[in-house]
Amino acid sequence: MEEKPKDVDLIIPMIPEMELTATKTAEAVGEFMKLDQDKIEEIKMALIEACINAFEHSKSEDRRVGISFDIGSEELTIQITDRGKGFDMGQARDKLQKRRESGESRRGWGLTIMQELMDDVKVESGEAGTCITMTKRR
Amino acid sequence: MADFELNVRQVEEAGVLDVEGYINAVGGDEIASACYKLIDEGVLHFVVNLEKCKIVNSMGVSCLIEVIEKVKELEGKVGFCCVTPTMAKTFKIMGLLQASTIFDTEAEALQG
Repeated sequence: MEEKPKDVDLIIPMIPEMELTATKTAEAVGEFMKLDQDKIEEIKMALIEACINAFEHSKSEDRRVGISFDIGSEELTIQITDRGKGFDMGQARDKLQKRRESGESRRGWGLTIMQELMDDVKVESGEAGTCITMTKRR
Repeated sequence: MADFELNVRQVEEAGVLDVEGYINAVGGDEIASACYKLIDEGVLHFVVNLEKCKIVNSMGVSCLIEVIEKVKELEGKVGFCCVTPTMAKTFKIMGLLQASTIFDTEAEALQG
């Protein structure tokens, strides 16, 4: 029998605090999957950081972020996509390293938080935009 | 703006900040301003009660770190109470706990 698709798609405008809309969907999806509340909270926090990064740094002309929740039997995979100008991961890391070395450590925590709170985080970025894929296992 | 409310009260020598809602850059700035006002009045012990705060972002936490650094310079202290496990993890990741402490309850934080 063909398996039914289990994904939820959302598009949010890059407007301050619209990231909370994404967290409400994440909460509903997490509850549907019967994930632990702590895991749902971690997913929400990681998602907020991914959205904020897109809002702040993507320079996307359409000012939209696509969020796709792929519900698996053992894991939830979330893709956060923008159609911005992309960035070079190596350069971004170097810039962050220099900032931290100079004592300026208040900004640039988004990716670290995502990596610490999720089981897997992958960033793909190029001229057509950026896609962050985050996975949380049961 | 998302629901955000800040109530400031003084318990003995400590400034207690009850935070409700989302701590983003705007909420974090509001907390920082309230603390700086109390510092000007001579308060050096702060308790941030997060019982009604369920979500933060890194920009909001950065504002809290600024406050903690300022209070540390003045040899004061900042404690947090009623923190969710995810918030506690985020605080740890960002280094907020290097100069502040998480307590289970407000009473413990006041003694802290």
